[in-house]
Amino acid sequence: MLDSNKDSLKLEAMKRIVAMIARGKNASDLFPAVVKNVACKNIEVKKLVYVYLVRYAEEQQDLALLSISTFQRGLKDPNQLIRASALRVLSSIRVTIIVPIMMLAIKEAASDMSPYVRKTAAHAIPKLYSLDPEQKDQLIEVIEKLLADKTTLVAGSVVMAFEEVCPERIDLIHKNYRKLCNLLIDVEEWGQVVIINMLTRYARTQFLNPNINESLLEEGGSGEKTFYGSDDEEDEDEEEKEKKAETAAMAKRKPYVMDPDHRLLLRNTKPLLQSRNAAVVMAVAQLYFHLAPKAEVGVIAKALVRLLRSHSEVQYVVLQNVATMTIKRRGMFEPYLKSFYIRSTDPTQIKVLKLEVLTNLANETNISTILREFQTYIKSMDKDFVAATIQAIGRCATNIGEVRDTCLNGLVQLLSNRDELVVAESVVVIKKLLQMQPEKHSDIIKHMAKLTDNIQVPMARASILWLIGEYCEHVPKIAPDVLRKMAKSFTNEEDIVKLQIINLAAKLYLTNSKQTKLLTQYVLNLAKYDQNYDIRDRARFIRQLIVPTEKSGALSKYAKKLFLALKPAPVLESPFKDRDHFQLGSLSHLLNAKAGGYQELPDWPEAAPDPSVRNVEVFTLLERVTTLTSVPEWTKCSSREKRKEKKVEKPFYSDSEGESGPTESADSESDSGSGSESASGSEVSASGSESEESEEGSESEEEEQKDKKKTKKELKKPVQESESEQSSEEEERKHARKSKISKSESESESDEEDESESESSESESEDSESEAEVKKKKKAAESKPPCKPVKKENKKEKKEISLLDLDDFDPTPSPQVTPVNSFLSSSLVTDLEGLSLSDSVLAPATMAPSSALKSYELLHRITGEGLQVEFCFSRQPFSPDANMVAVQMHFTNNASADAKSLHMEDVKLQSGMRVREFPEIELLPAGETATAVMGIDFCDSTQAANFQLCTQTRKFFVSIQPPVGELMRPVFLTENEFKKEQGQLMGMNEITEKLTLDATCRNEHTIVQRVTAAANLSRVPCGSDKECSPPVPPPDHPVYRFAGRTVTSGSLVLVTVVTREEGAAQLTVNCEKMVIGTMLVKDILLALTQ
Amino acid sequence: MIHSLFLINQSGDIFLEKHWKSVIGRSVCDYFFEAKEKAVEPENVPPVLQTPHHYLITIFRGKLFFLSVIQTEVSPLFVIEFLHRIADTIQDYFGECSETVIKDNVVTVYELLEEMLDNGFPLATESNILKEMIKPPTILRSVVNTLTGGSNVGDMLPTGQLSNIPWRRAGVKYTNNEAYFDVIEEIDAIVDKSGTTVFAEIQGVIEACVRLSGMPDLTLSFMNPSLLDDVSFHPCVRFKRWEAERVLSFIPPDGNFTLMNYHVSSQNVVAIPVYVKQSINFFESGSCGRLDITIGPKQTMGKTVEGLMVTVHMPKAVLSVNLTPTQGSCTYDSATKVLVWDIGKLNPQKLPNLRGSLSMQSGAPKPEENPSLNIDLKIQQLAISGLKVSRLDMYGEKYKPFKGVKYVTKAGKFQVRS
Repeated sequence: MLDSNKDSLKLEAMKRIVAMIARGKNASDLFPAVVKNVACKNIEVKKLVYVYLVRYAEEQQDLALLSISTFQRGLKDPNQLIRASALRVLSSIRVTIIVPIMMLAIKEAASDMSPYVRKTAAHAIPKLYSLDPEQKDQLIEVIEKLLADKTTLVAGSVVMAFEEVCPERIDLIHKNYRKLCNLLIDVEEWGQVVIINMLTRYARTQFLNPNINESLLEEGGSGEKTFYGSDDEEDEDEEEKEKKAETAAMAKRKPYVMDPDHRLLLRNTKPLLQSRNAAVVMAVAQLYFHLAPKAEVGVIAKALVRLLRSHSEVQYVVLQNVATMTIKRRGMFEPYLKSFYIRSTDPTQIKVLKLEVLTNLANETNISTILREFQTYIKSMDKDFVAATIQAIGRCATNIGEVRDTCLNGLVQLLSNRDELVVAESVVVIKKLLQMQPEKHSDIIKHMAKLTDNIQVPMARASILWLIGEYCEHVPKIAPDVLRKMAKSFTNEEDIVKLQIINLAAKLYLTNSKQTKLLTQYVLNLAKYDQNYDIRDRARFIRQLIVPTEKSGALSKYAKKLFLALKPAPVLESPFKDRDHFQLGSLSHLLNAKAGGYQELPDWPEAAPDPSVRNVEVFTLLERVTTLTSVPEWTKCSSREKRKEKKVEKPFYSDSEGESGPTESADSESDSGSGSESASGSEVSASGSESEESEEGSESEEEEQKDKKKTKKELKKPVQESESEQSSEEEERKHARKSKISKSESESESDEEDESESESSESESEDSESEAEVKKKKKAAESKPPCKPVKKENKKEKKEISLLDLDDFDPTPSPQVTPVNSFLSSSLVTDLEGLSLSDSVLAPATMAPSSALKSYELLHRITGEGLQVEFCFSRQPFSPDANMVAVQMHFTNNASADAKSLHMEDVKLQSGMRVREFPEIELLPAGETATAVMGIDFCDSTQAANFQLCTQTRKFFVSIQPPVGELMRPVFLTENEFKKEQGQLMGMNEITEKLTLDATCRNEHTIVQRVTAAANLSRVPCGSDKECSPPVPPPDHPVYRFAGRTVTSGSLVLVTVVTREEGAAQLTVNCEKMVIGTMLVKDILLALTQ
Repeated sequence: MIHSLFLINQSGDIFLEKHWKSVIGRSVCDYFFEAKEKAVEPENVPPVLQTPHHYLITIFRGKLFFLSVIQTEVSPLFVIEFLHRIADTIQDYFGECSETVIKDNVVTVYELLEEMLDNGFPLATESNILKEMIKPPTILRSVVNTLTGGSNVGDMLPTGQLSNIPWRRAGVKYTNNEAYFDVIEEIDAIVDKSGTTVFAEIQGVIEACVRLSGMPDLTLSFMNPSLLDDVSFHPCVRFKRWEAERVLSFIPPDGNFTLMNYHVSSQNVVAIPVYVKQSINFFESGSCGRLDITIGPKQTMGKTVEGLMVTVHMPKAVLSVNLTPTQGSCTYDSATKVLVWDIGKLNPQKLPNLRGSLSMQSGAPKPEENPSLNIDLKIQQLAISGLKVSRLDMYGEKYKPFKGVKYVTKAGKFQVRS
């Protein structure tokens, strides 16, 4: 049916296939038939084919490749939704060979116009990462780019990618932190969860513990010191120290000031507690729990209690987390105590968790209500739940001393319960409780002793026996009697009971040997022949210890001490204790074990890292370019100092102004304007609101920048002048204009991103004019160096043309000045060849001298037992078959013996590939070398050719995998022809990549050399028909073109390298075979950027 | 995140599987079956299970298990919430979420799953968007499709996914523009044997059915918003307006959706609409017991109580019952031990009563506890908390919509202990 022409039949067939997949049946045999329909017009058929493809591509990699071109076409579609879906399916096909294509597609999509496509790109990142983790570095670049995206659609997906690929690169978040906080509310709900969880971790590394002052204040006087020590400030001058003393005094009053960014996070997440999505609510709850000051955590309780109305699975998870929270912050949930009351219809696991929460919430005031509740629970039909309730009562009793007796009495009443399980559980709990104060409760012990007749549950029997043994002094009459009964039934008891009988016997023997001596002997004898070796061992050990014999050692003297030592009462603890070291709401927390991929929640830092990293700096670019030394330490300190002071009461204001002013101006050695400016600036922001606080930081930075610029300006001036003399006036004007534009751009950006900038003080605006001027000049100065060579280039080019009449010759003098002569000659050779060999089929033999050929190892000398084989792609046409790639094999016999009859066998090839074997080498004497040529038709794919290399005695499995660049042969084209062909290979056949040329690779020679080394292509002489074509390449941006054809199919491969200023370049590959194209781009890119 | 999904029915057959990453064998479900075996009741299966290589997160909905396989750390609620969203979507598409329905529409379900997750991360979960991409089947369409060979995959591209309002599809058009809001309140209560209320609270939800053309911007305001203590909203509601003015301002999704959930502040005394007088006794000898239940109106605000129903989970020892109701009908399922007394409308003049004897397994000990009664009821045209919608305004469109608000009070988890 799939072969039918009718869409409806195809659809029916696809539906049946998909139904098969859904039921888990194998439908992989149909792969070829299905893949054919990948380009089907009918959208539903297409969708189903995609479904099929994604499911089975992994198993049928080769066939899956057939479909790739459809998606690549889709990637260029003008409709964003088609682009996105193409990328989605392409990235879902788990076939390693298309990794480069995926990488390229992702990169391209990451800069797509449509946010939806960018979102899909973000989704594709983890897919590619799981397919090939080696792409991590490149992917991080893409993530970094996408993190800067300002649309809500992308934010969630890219953070998800971040979490999966590089959660450790917390530094990528800095710049985007505020943006993420602000966008959060508009992100789709699933993205919110991921972002909030990530930000929790981020905040833990970047901010101070908001609850730190509580513990410090409790410490009293010493707290001040600790706090201070945590604020790392080193190498301060006298002034700073004085200030420090002042701030210390202030610190005592108000020691902790929350970072405004920390506050921002808390403020922006709070509304999300109202989300309908339980996962979002939980994420916010854990964020507050981990990050918020104690006083504010309470807000989450209400929302969490609301979730208890949801599905039972949600309840289960929420209760687990609430249980952990109640241990640390009990007060938070106390008002909602009744919401945790248990209904008979709750599933058992929910009941047990609610019980846990109730127990944690119990305190002196509410214990009576809770116990009354517990009383109803004990009557429940669900016995597991009843057992849990009894344990809960036990825990309440240990935690709250006042109710211990009540609880104990209640539990004793339960001993008369008809259900054995209940009784047994009570016995165990009573045992634990009694250990705390045995003296008072001998009657309970007596009561329990009576129970031994009825109770059958081994654990309970063992507990009773232990109790009697332990406190036999309190029940001197009953204890021997119990032992008597037990001795009678010893053989029928369970192992744990037997052990306790032995214990009881031993203890009684030590305290009351008169009555029990015989009994003990009897029990020990019985135990001696028990089946269980533990019991036999125990009996032997105890006999030696307690029964005094002539041989008995020193130990028996201490037997009584050993057995009747006071034992510490057990502590009944919640299983949820200490679970909060796992991030709440996480899978690891739920399981109380680290799940794969879990990121530890870091501890609060001792001192807050520099908060300015989150400032979205406008001048980053400038700063980088000016390459001044990094910001002096003192500036940072003082700015922070100032921030701190700001928060404090006004009286300190005058001080800080007076102090900070001089400090800065003293060091900044430029005009005194900056100092006074900062003072005035701080006056303006005297209201001390949060936004202004951040302004403070950026402002001071700005000052720095300005200072730098000023000094820079002085430095630069002479250079600049000399340069401007060289360059024409016109050009300067152009650059000036450019810099103006860029300047205004950067300014407008700053307005958007940092409010503080727009609010900047007056004095600044006064300066701004001059500042702008400085910037302008500097910009001009900066852009000069790269443009200088360009200019020279132009001149030279003209000269050369007239000299040699070779149009394409335009050498670029590189900084590391290549000797012109050699340079000339080599590139001349290439060009001459290009011109002389108009027969495009044959590649010149001289083109690539064999010394330059890269040789690969086929067989190592060790594995080959002395026989070493290397191969290289000779780039000669393989004469017996023009469709084959010539592979030159180089045999070296390092062994002591001769190798005989070297030949190939058992060639394993992918379908379509062919091999022309090399003629057998009869004899390769020891120490000799030999060369042979074989031809392989790789079918224009980089699949390896596997075969066995045989000698007379041995066979070696070897494989030859060609670099994509060797799958083509050079073709001579004129520029016009080249452009014409290129015009026909647009769209999906064109792959463009931007790159930055390596510093050593900016001249023509190296570019040509590297490209031709990477791929067997020939250079297209540029400008050869200048007359008929307009001079498209601007003289200062040389364009290099290379052409070739694939060996097997003869498809054209066109490569263009367009260079721009400062080593920027653009690489374009046009090729009908897209797989080849993408791989080629990657190879050339590598060659050019290395 | 989510690797694979298996749909499993109660007898343990896997009838649908979907993998978003590499294929994971069905054998992984064996761990689940083991846990299910242990748990006896399907509700008691732990939602999160750990296996040597995977984590299994399961939900139980509509007698089906939705089992997802996870490999790395992820917030469990994230997965649970998403699985419920899948179930909701299926329900939304086909009217119910059951094995037969899924089996009948296996291809559509599979396509939906494909669209909802990408590489295990949720992609499109809003039903408005999904419906644009994959049209829900209707009888008419299936007839047309078989005749014309058309498909139920939207040939239009889902533009809603691109907009800033992902929950609303573009180009909505109706001839009758209408917006209905149902304010539904549920009373959760635990009443003890003596009739005192141990715990009671009111949870409310506003369900909306909005069929308005274009891009209407609605504002819903309440007479007494201070009643609302804790709220959660559909993503369309603008939280800032609520914070500032206590009004709901939103651009609604098209069709049915839940606008908000709320909780009425606990300071207010909750009116309990009915009282229950009951006595259930089991006798020590003779292996039988007596049951006597009477229900009467308490605080009904002058409205009639309808749909009254009492459900009792009897102890295991109860073999059969011999009960006579004065009103309604009474059934006892001896397999599940559930007694259901369907009363219907409560008549204040003649209180309904159920009386009779219970026969027990002979020789079995007297049951320890008395079973608790679960009450179900419904009161039309009343929001028991007193919440009232004051007005609904529409901006952004010119036509005049038809507006309506309906109030209902129901019993939520209303339990009477005995």
